[in-house]
Amino acid sequence: MKKRIKSTLDRRVALGAILAKRGDALLVTGLGSTCYDAGTLDHPNTFYLWGGMGAAAMVGLGLALAQPKRRVIVATGDGEMLMAMGAFATIGAKGPRNLSIVVMDNELYSETGMQPTHTAHGVDLAGIAKASGFARSGTVHNLKQLTAWVPSLYKTPGPVFLAAKVTSQRYPMSIRYRDGTAIKNRFREALLGFSKAYD
Amino acid sequence: MSAEKKPATWPQDIYESFKKLGIRQVAYVPDAGHTHLIKSCHADKTMQAVSLTTEEEGVAMLAGSWLGGDRGALLMQSSGAGNCINMLGIIQECRFPLLTLVTMRGEWGEFNPWQLPMGQSTADILGRAGCVVQHVDEASRVGETVFAAGQMAFSTGRAAAVLIGQRVIGFKDWSK
Repeated sequence: MKKRIKSTLDRRVALGAILAKRGDALLVTGLGSTCYDAGTLDHPNTFYLWGGMGAAAMVGLGLALAQPKRRVIVATGDGEMLMAMGAFATIGAKGPRNLSIVVMDNELYSETGMQPTHTAHGVDLAGIAKASGFARSGTVHNLKQLTAWVPSLYKTPGPVFLAAKVTSQRYPMSIRYRDGTAIKNRFREALLGFSKAYD
Repeated sequence: MSAEKKPATWPQDIYESFKKLGIRQVAYVPDAGHTHLIKSCHADKTMQAVSLTTEEEGVAMLAGSWLGGDRGALLMQSSGAGNCINMLGIIQECRFPLLTLVTMRGEWGEFNPWQLPMGQSTADILGRAGCVVQHVDEASRVGETVFAAGQMAFSTGRAAAVLIGQRVIGFKDWSK
C-alpha cells in the first residue's frame, strides 16, 4: 500500500476553484455533500442528483453524448463513485472526449456517520480510471495542484478523471432546491430553450 | 423447438420504430434476442450504441441523454430488470421518460430453473418501480408496441417497459 499523503484541500474551496472556470460547461452532481457544495454556487447548467447513488457518472455520459460540443463535468463523492465501479469501464470503453469526472474524495461516508470508504484503505480511483482507458487521470492533495489541474478538466480530450483528496470538513446542507422534476426542467430549459424542453 | 423458422422480422421492426421515434442513444446489456437490433444500432451513424456492465447504468445514462435533448432506449434481458430498481427512483422523481425493451426468459418453455425467479417477477417489479408495463407475445405486434410505448414515454414523461415474450424469441429445445 502506498504511503498516504495528508490533504489540505477544503471541499468547497476545491469545487469553487473548479467551477470558477466553468464557462458554458454542464455540471452533474452526485448525491450528498457534492450536491450541497454545488448548491452554494447554483447555476442553471447544473443538474443535482439527490438520490440514485452510483448514477452520477452515467448521467454524465448520456449528457456528454447528447451534447458533444459542450464540456460535461461530473462532480461526486468517493462513496458515490465506488457504487459505480462498472461505469469506469463503460465510460473508458465508450471514450467520450467531452466528459470529465471529479471525485471529491474525503475517504468517508460523511452523510451516514463518517465511516471510512475503500479509498481510506488505499483503493486508488485515479488508478482505476487509468486502467479503464481514461485519456487522463490524476490525484491532487492541495489547492496548488488542483489549480494546475483545472484547465485539463475543461480542455483535455476526455474522458478525464480527477480525484481531489479533500479534508473531512463538513458543511451544512445549504441547498433547499430538491424537487427532481423542477431541477430537470430548469436544466433543459436553460440548455435547449423553452419549446424544445417541453416538446 | 424454435417458434420461428424464417429469419424473424421483429428486430428490424423495432429498429424502424426507433427511427420513427427519433432514438439517438441505445444502451444495452446484450441478449441473444437483441443481436440483430444491437448490430443495426451500432451501424447507424445517427445513434450512439453503448454497451453497459450492468443495466442500472443504462437507466442513469438515459436520464443524462434526456437532459441533453436526446431520446434513448435501454435493452436488457429480464434477468437485468431487478438491477435497475434504485435508479428507476430517479426516473420517477424527475419524471424522466424511459423506454426499455426487456426480452423475457423464465417465462415460456424455459429450461433453466435459475431464470424463473426474475422472469416470473419482472412485470411486477417494474410496475412497482413506476414503469408502465406492456407485454407483447406476437411477433407481428412487437414493432408497433415499441412505437406506442415510446410515444407514451416521451410525451408523458414516464417509464415504459415493453416485455417481449419468450414465445416471440423462441426457446431452446432441451428435450434431447
